[in-house]
Amino acid sequence: MKTYYNPEDLKKFSNIGEFDKPLADKFFSWYGDVFAEGALTAREKSLIALAVAHAVQCPYCIDAYSEDTLAKGCTEEQMMEAVHVAAAIRGGSSLVHATQMMNKVKELTM
Amino acid sequence: MKSLLAQHHELSQSGRQLQLLDEVVQSAAITPFKEKLKTLGFYPLKPTGIDILQINVGKLCNQTCKHCHVDAGPDRKEIMSRETLEQCLEAVRTSGISTVDITGGAPELNPHFRWFVKECTQLGVKVMNRCNLTVIFSNKKYNDLPEFFAEHKIEVVSSLPFYNADRTDRQRGEGVFAASVKAMKLLNAVGYGKAASGLILNLVYNPTGAFLSSGQQVLEAQFKKVLHEEFDVVFNHLFTITNMPISRFLDFLITSGNYESYLEKLLAAFNPATVNGLMCRNTLSVSWDGYLYDCDFNQMLDLKIGEGDAMHIKNLDLNYLNRREIIVSQHCYGCTAGAGSSCGGEVVK
Ligand code: SF4
Ligand code: SF4
Repeated sequence: MKTYYNPEDLKKFSNIGEFDKPLADKFFSWYGDVFAEGALTAREKSLIALAVAHAVQCPYCIDAYSEDTLAKGCTEEQMMEAVHVAAAIRGGSSLVHATQMMNKVKELTM
Repeated sequence: MKSLLAQHHELSQSGRQLQLLDEVVQSAAITPFKEKLKTLGFYPLKPTGIDILQINVGKLCNQTCKHCHVDAGPDRKEIMSRETLEQCLEAVRTSGISTVDITGGAPELNPHFRWFVKECTQLGVKVMNRCNLTVIFSNKKYNDLPEFFAEHKIEVVSSLPFYNADRTDRQRGEGVFAASVKAMKLLNAVGYGKAASGLILNLVYNPTGAFLSSGQQVLEAQFKKVLHEEFDVVFNHLFTITNMPISRFLDFLITSGNYESYLEKLLAAFNPATVNGLMCRNTLSVSWDGYLYDCDFNQMLDLKIGEGDAMHIKNLDLNYLNRREIIVSQHCYGCTAGAGSSCGGEVVK
């Protein structure tokens, strides 16, 4: 498949250990702990992951966490609200920099 | 929606289903289930005893759910006769079986259903009935089923694929969620699902698509919260089960392009710890015409135990049954994925 993203590659994620096992092991062990039931529920963490996947625009993570949130009993509405939160932060984080632009404009103009 | 059989669909043929499952296992380089068991030292799979008799009293149903492994529906006419039901009772009487699990179709649509339940309770065995909830409103004569269930203290197990109407109705048909909630209210009114009554109402969740469940405990808590807060209904436990890649769900997998990846998902989630608790090891399944199977899924795939009348309920041979080899094939991956799946929910507790 001649494209940068191949859905089949998601299944090969665990193979990253091929090039550096100790670091990969550390990552996956930490990753597992991050998503375990804790002060936040595994379901809440999955919704956060889904939102972040959209913010960082990772198609692998979007696929993986669309399925994971479904499996954890989230509704379509909850999933879309999570994506809107990501979008709002993305939009807001651009817009808040407008203050810098405004400062600069005010500094430069009479 | 018509059953696959009424549509003359190729998947109404069990041989075709088995063939397709073998084909995908080959093409996706999935280890055949038998081989998987062999490498782990679990083959041949043997029974641990026969505690539960699961009786499929017919394929007639008032619903036509998209995932139904029975291919049940209003157009199915297979119904267990009084004679076969009497043979089942005799088998229970003589075998030491402790639980009778009545399934279908909609079991209540079998004209001998109430008589059979009464006979079973008189034998002192535990009786479970797999009620689809909406059957209670399918005809006036079923409106009093909650009272009947309560009177005979039978355990009610009901499918409810999700805690909202949207996802439930997409799988089970328009209006099913609302009718299910209404039925649960009636069951609650006679004591079902309430701790002090001793009347058990368990719900069964199965994913509404080509994904696996994430765990019984978490989903049970969600179901309980939403159903109680939004609809004022209660129940005892939630059993989460995996959709089996057979019959109507197989049709969905193929037409939606999820077939190969679903099988791969099941294989990837294979959990050896589930093998000890597989339901085929302590359950015997009887079809509407009285033949014996290792489980309801093998029944639908026509994988009979033994040959001819020797393996008919009227000739129950416990010695043979306890020594037999359980017939397994690729669909069995549906029982061993994750925490495992059985009629009682997760296998690994
Ligand atoms: S209610 Fe049960 S038996 Fe009837 S169609 Fe649905 S899944 Fe099949
Ligand atoms: S489908 Fe499940 S219960 Fe039936 S024989 Fe296979 S493993 Fe056993």
